Amino acid sequence: MGKTLAEKVWDEHVVRSAPGEPDLLYIDLHLIHEVTSPQAFDGLRLAGRQVRRPDLTLATEDHNVPTIDWDKPIADPVSKTQVDTLRRNAAEFGVRLHPLGDVEQGIVHVVGPQLGLTQPGMTIVCGDSHTSTHGAFGAIAFGIGTSEVEHVLATQTLMQAKPKTMAVTINGSLPPGVTAKDMVLTLITHTGTGGGQGYIVEYRGQAIEELSMEGRMTVCNMSIEWGAKAGLIAPDQTTFDYIEGKPEAPKGADWDAAVEHWKTLVTDDDAVFDAEIVLDASTMTPFVTWGTNPGQGVPLGGLVPTPSDFEEESDRIAAENALKYMGLEAGTPMRDVHVDTVFVGSCTNGRIEDLRLAAEIIKGHKVADGTRLLVVPGSVRVRLQAMEEGLDKVFIEAGAEWRGAGCSMCLGMNPDQLAVGERSASTSNRNFEGRQGKGGRTHLVSIPVAAATAVRGTLSSPADLVSVEV
Amino acid sequence: MEKFSTHTGVAMPLKRSNVDTDQIIPAVYLKRVTRDGFEDGLFAAWRNDPDFVLNKPEYSGATVLVAGPDFGTGSSREHAVWALQNYGFKAVISSRFADIFRGNSGKAGLVAAQVDEKVVQRIWDYLDEFPGATVTVDLESRTVTAGEGPDAIVDSFDIDDYTRWRLLEGLDDVGITLGHDDVIAAYENARPSWKPATQKA
Ligand code: SF4
Repeated sequence: MGKTLAEKVWDEHVVRSAPGEPDLLYIDLHLIHEVTSPQAFDGLRLAGRQVRRPDLTLATEDHNVPTIDWDKPIADPVSKTQVDTLRRNAAEFGVRLHPLGDVEQGIVHVVGPQLGLTQPGMTIVCGDSHTSTHGAFGAIAFGIGTSEVEHVLATQTLMQAKPKTMAVTINGSLPPGVTAKDMVLTLITHTGTGGGQGYIVEYRGQAIEELSMEGRMTVCNMSIEWGAKAGLIAPDQTTFDYIEGKPEAPKGADWDAAVEHWKTLVTDDDAVFDAEIVLDASTMTPFVTWGTNPGQGVPLGGLVPTPSDFEEESDRIAAENALKYMGLEAGTPMRDVHVDTVFVGSCTNGRIEDLRLAAEIIKGHKVADGTRLLVVPGSVRVRLQAMEEGLDKVFIEAGAEWRGAGCSMCLGMNPDQLAVGERSASTSNRNFEGRQGKGGRTHLVSIPVAAATAVRGTLSSPADLVSVEV
Repeated sequence: MEKFSTHTGVAMPLKRSNVDTDQIIPAVYLKRVTRDGFEDGLFAAWRNDPDFVLNKPEYSGATVLVAGPDFGTGSSREHAVWALQNYGFKAVISSRFADIFRGNSGKAGLVAAQVDEKVVQRIWDYLDEFPGATVTVDLESRTVTAGEGPDAIVDSFDIDDYTRWRLLEGLDDVGITLGHDDVIAAYENARPSWKPATQKA
């Protein structure tokens, strides 16, 4: 019997397997940031251990860093301590770090791919659940906790039980204006937040093949939001073209050897998945969330649901709680929901294509009165590229705030937070209670919906905008 | 890590599904660089409500949490496990845990006991009747027990063999793996040269 892509990559990384024990898996790339690493380095120090492979480790500052005044010392003393701790640890243990102010600084999941460090067939881990993003390249990539960070630092391996495999096949083509984000939000509402639990998921089918690398990253990024261990996509020409020429991509004969191997990384025809989901992209529409988990979503053209419509009692209770928290009336058209803040950014939608698309929609329009638009590039490179293309001017002329790179309002660890009761349309990945600031209310949206919402002040798609001469 | 064999303690019902990591401990509490002190952030938003179960006197000193399905979804933050442990919890009972949360629990020494949804409901009913009652989580026999006599709730829970063994023995994972240093080195020698590196040799 043939193997699935995930099985091939997994098997290539098994260092040791023994009956009744999890596999010992080799890790090709370990990404690190300031929030989940301090206690891991402490553990090493206490035990007198070294980082086994600093040359397979990369650190960046993203979660905690300010997106304004980044050239000044960090104002929040606790955040500053955490960032300083990372800098000290990186220096002490010889780990490459891209600190605030460095041209390669940015959200860890934007930095890896843009450096060309994320490649097909790798195992990639990080103390961050959205590590699944890197699966877009055909890598097995997943988030780990701090104890595991310590384990990888010390041994460059992880103990992992082999997950089951699932195929998500998305046939057809996405209609114009419908994006990878809408696709994955639709999927999560279809499966629920626990639907992928215990599985490595392979996304495939025509609609997936037609996505750009950045769109594929958006889909894989949100694998964790439906509980999957990891999500990946078979590498193809789109993947190779994206990697070629990146700073850390293989060169010359190494490139040829790498591509030759990468081409073998596809699911065999006779391979069997433990589960399969099939969706049709051609029926998808702009999709937004109304509740407090990513599985509580509806088409933008739909209504805030009525809790009693849910069959399961637990879903009914969850919907009631969510509507109360979100301050929404059942039956309200989603398009009537007023939004105070629009956040464009995060490792889900903070890459250059995202900013291009947002700028294209917003060009010639103004941000609505009573609404603010925050545009936060995923990395310094993305920021510089956007400025080279003049996108910053489009945003600023529309009345948006153009910021420095980082996680920012995706999780509100830095000063970019929602106030109590403030409502956001956010291109990030989590709408949990208080995620973007205590008492804040988050609607997850795609880039086109975010941009149009900023202009109209209510949840909207570009089709709702009156066209302007530009 | 301390060995865990069996624990009996006051059980606190948390009648919610999908308790995500941002509810267990919001991001603003994650800035500490130590492993302790996170109890102040535990269920921070809900704790403002005087009626929240954690604020009820009968549950002060609770050490076993009995939660709804999909507990610990969301972020990879092990701080969620530490916050529960720092507060005093030794075990969490739920019908379904998010993968990363379960993994982190096993590493940090918190027992994540997965039971049938009906068992959670029965324990909740029992705690409604006897608030402040204790529940036993026995890792040796993989059972949860609440109450006594013929009405006692006794049921088995799921936890993978390897994690159970490590918790029973109180073993440090890194130490075990370093024992396999020779196979790791052999694997490294066979890695293709074109694999990327963050620093040149
Ligand atoms: S952008 Fe958001 S989801 Fe992505 S790594 Fe940062 S905090 Fe996590």
